[in-house]
Amino acid sequence: MKTSIILFPGTNREKDMAMALKRVTGHDPALVWHKETDLGTPDLIILPGGFSYGDYLRCGAMAAHSPVMKEVIACAERGTRILGVCNGFQMLIETHLLPGALLKNKTLKFICKHVNLKTENGESEFTSKLGKGSVINVPVAHGEGNYFANDDILHELDDNDRVAFRYCDGNGAVTDEANPNGSTANIAGIMNKRKTILGMMPHPENATQDWQDNKSGLLLFESIVEALA
Amino acid sequence: MTNAAIQKHNHPAFNEPDVTPALGAEHGLNEDEYNLMLSIIGRAPSFTEFGIFSVMWSEHCSYKSSRLHLKKLPTEAPWVIQGPGENAGVIDIGDNQAAIFKMESHNHPSFIEPYQGAATGVGGIMRDVFTMGARPIANINALRFGSPEHPKTRHLVDGVVSGIAGYGNCMGVPTVGGEVNFHPSYNGNILVNAMTVGIAEHDKIYYARGAGIDQPVVYVGSKTGRDGIHGATMASAEFEEGVEGNRPTVQVGDPFTEKLLLEACLELMSGDAIISIQDMGAAGLTSSAVEIADKGGIGVALDLDLVPQREDMMSPYELMLSESQERMLMIVKPGKEDMARVIFEKWDLDFAVIGRTTKEQRLKINMYGECWCDIPVPPLVDDAPVYDRPQGHYPKPESIDPIAYSIPDGSDLHSVLHTLISCPDMASKRWVWEQYDHLVMGETVAEPGQADAAIVKAPPLSPPQAGGIKGGKALAISSDCTPRYCQADPFEGGKQAVAESYRNLCASGARPMAVTNNLNFGNPEKPDIMSQFVGCVEGIAEACKELHYPVISGNVSLYNETSGEAILPTPVIGGVGLIPDWKKSMSLGFKAPGETIILIGETKGHLGQSLYLREIHGLEKGPPPPVDLKAERWHGEFVRRLIDEELITAAHDISDGGLLCALAEMAMAGNRGATLTIENNDPAFWFGEDQARYIVTTKDPDALLALDECKAFPVMTLGKTTEFDLNLPNGHNISIRELKELSEKWLPAYMAA
Repeated sequence: MKTSIILFPGTNREKDMAMALKRVTGHDPALVWHKETDLGTPDLIILPGGFSYGDYLRCGAMAAHSPVMKEVIACAERGTRILGVCNGFQMLIETHLLPGALLKNKTLKFICKHVNLKTENGESEFTSKLGKGSVINVPVAHGEGNYFANDDILHELDDNDRVAFRYCDGNGAVTDEANPNGSTANIAGIMNKRKTILGMMPHPENATQDWQDNKSGLLLFESIVEALA
Repeated sequence: MTNAAIQKHNHPAFNEPDVTPALGAEHGLNEDEYNLMLSIIGRAPSFTEFGIFSVMWSEHCSYKSSRLHLKKLPTEAPWVIQGPGENAGVIDIGDNQAAIFKMESHNHPSFIEPYQGAATGVGGIMRDVFTMGARPIANINALRFGSPEHPKTRHLVDGVVSGIAGYGNCMGVPTVGGEVNFHPSYNGNILVNAMTVGIAEHDKIYYARGAGIDQPVVYVGSKTGRDGIHGATMASAEFEEGVEGNRPTVQVGDPFTEKLLLEACLELMSGDAIISIQDMGAAGLTSSAVEIADKGGIGVALDLDLVPQREDMMSPYELMLSESQERMLMIVKPGKEDMARVIFEKWDLDFAVIGRTTKEQRLKINMYGECWCDIPVPPLVDDAPVYDRPQGHYPKPESIDPIAYSIPDGSDLHSVLHTLISCPDMASKRWVWEQYDHLVMGETVAEPGQADAAIVKAPPLSPPQAGGIKGGKALAISSDCTPRYCQADPFEGGKQAVAESYRNLCASGARPMAVTNNLNFGNPEKPDIMSQFVGCVEGIAEACKELHYPVISGNVSLYNETSGEAILPTPVIGGVGLIPDWKKSMSLGFKAPGETIILIGETKGHLGQSLYLREIHGLEKGPPPPVDLKAERWHGEFVRRLIDEELITAAHDISDGGLLCALAEMAMAGNRGATLTIENNDPAFWFGEDQARYIVTTKDPDALLALDECKAFPVMTLGKTTEFDLNLPNGHNISIRELKELSEKWLPAYMAA
């Protein structure tokens, strides 16, 4: 499986992502600078977390117009699997590869903490090893992760089983208390209609190593690696 | 044009003031210093020259009040690669790796403009570390605020925490720990001390020293604006009421640019183009150029027209004194300029050759076709005044009789514990650290609150060599100081800050390697303040010597006074320890029910200056607990041995709040309870702050208690861990859930009020 992690100026979680991939695949993924215009033929493209362009406009907005993004969109249209985490999710929204918007957290503060995620769609290539209804514990680290979508989008997401994860408590109950940032319907991650693109705010890559709090994020990476093997 | 009068002609009209003794006084130069400057220059100085002298001789840059005493600190050990004097200190951590670290204050700017002040403090200390070739792997910070009741405190806490988060999170360097305390003495002068730890390979460490003759002087990073002019001078004077009017002297941070600067610098540093490098911190271009020139025994000729500028018509004075952020000055190997330029342009950063080094040891500045400064370099550093400022008579506090401070009527151990656990200094700081990305980089082993020190892995920077680098080592990092102890007895307080740092590292399973310090005090021209400073430094020196725990970098922040009210003496110790294998790091929470709880160290019941005395009796009274450095070393080594031999499952040092608070913290961190079997109702036993003590838990008490050390040292079995609740023999049944709620409640409720 060939994986390309795209690097933008201000990206800062590429190493975390590379460590997770390496653990699952046994080899280092390619790191691709945003000024590249030929991505080759990766099986999986990852847009990692960070503060691309300082997040000085809207998070992900500048990166969405970066040279490499044209190529990412072209790959997306060809069906290349794409995982966008945190700032990467924001880019997927800004490029309209995924619907909705990501607003400031309801607390107006940056939040870094462990959250529980309930797997809503357990059959996608990203989630098959998790299974519907399973709960993983992974961290969030963001200031603008409050997912907003209007009713039309929400219906569309629900009707097509496009919600990947919702924030929940330790028992899998989707409650207001378990929602760290005010996201509509506790949505933490969504997919495109074809289920080839996953965007999510939490960081599964930070729950993959022996020294980290837990390794429940590994299942997500194992799912995609198995699907693309 | 040596020592000739400087002619001014065709330049924009700058309307610069005449240089007079009165102007000197305004800029912090006293009469003797002013006259010394005149005799060095040998003619009337230009305004630019005057500005350079006044800032280089400011307290902030010259350490004129502290230098004499800082020499007392031990700075050497076989593992020390670089002690004080460079951008940061460097120690050997094995496998061709070095840890590079320093702590620095940004107190004055943070009081005036908390968000930007704290943000640029974090940015500045990270620059100090990556200037030396290190990739920053962890930030911690020590924050001191005024009384929670003071009208400004809430706003300052909010701004400082947001500023630290805003900068550190964007840089992608985890903020993994620190301290937050409150005391009315900080009402007019908060403390924001930021520490960065980085790692580098031995052959890729860069220094300010080493520049030779006729080499290009290169400016990289952001453009220069008019922000922060005279920040260093502001940091060298007392505040008066209404000081917020000084906002223009506070710099504005741009963490995105600094992230690019970090990556560009490390990319260039992987080659061999850089000879010498210095970040532009306090006193900006002036101090970076002077440092490089002085350390290289050379001079520098700058052409300021070539400096990337953000504003029009800046004067040479403004360019030399600006403290615009995210800038570096470096000396590059002749012929490597274009290769270096390509790297900085890739990262969309400014890159300009702005001058050359010269044989003659002078600082020469040209702009607008004229010479604005031509002064000798060595006197700016070497002739900077050094003062042996008078000290006052600082009486030792009278001892107190603990019997007089029994638990007040209507209270009991249970209610006292509730009061202490929920008081501002002890309450959970989750509200703070959840705003910091403490997980980015993926190497965090102990998250805030899980261990006595923050623990991060120090991974190999290059791919592992055949048979070479092991990937498992970790660093433990802690910041410590108990200012009320330092106020009562500066010498013992200085010792205690080092001892607590040492304990926090030992309890985390680390071998304490070295410290950085941040010495925050009031106005050194007052004899009592000077006594505090000297006492604390001497206490630190004695403890660091005894514990083989050298000081390798540091920062002094004086004049932390407003309208004559000084802060408590606050010499913060930032300690770094090495854990050869992260799997042998130790956390503080109880792990499982049925384990035996053991206390190591002697409990005499010292209540002087205790949190108990302050929170329950409203008194900051008596002597602080004395520190027996031999016991600290023995007990620390013993705890490390217990961790290494896997005989214990949790370890926690005893500090603020004493034994019962430490037990409560272990219970809360592990979500477990304990049944204690010690029959004692004396508050001095439960809340006394005797030093050199640890609590550990073990599955195998027989093996532990059979060790020789348990015969040589005071060791006491306290009880066993349980599933729920903390049970005391006198019938108190303390709910851990309730304790956690109390501990977690205070800060969010305060900030929301």
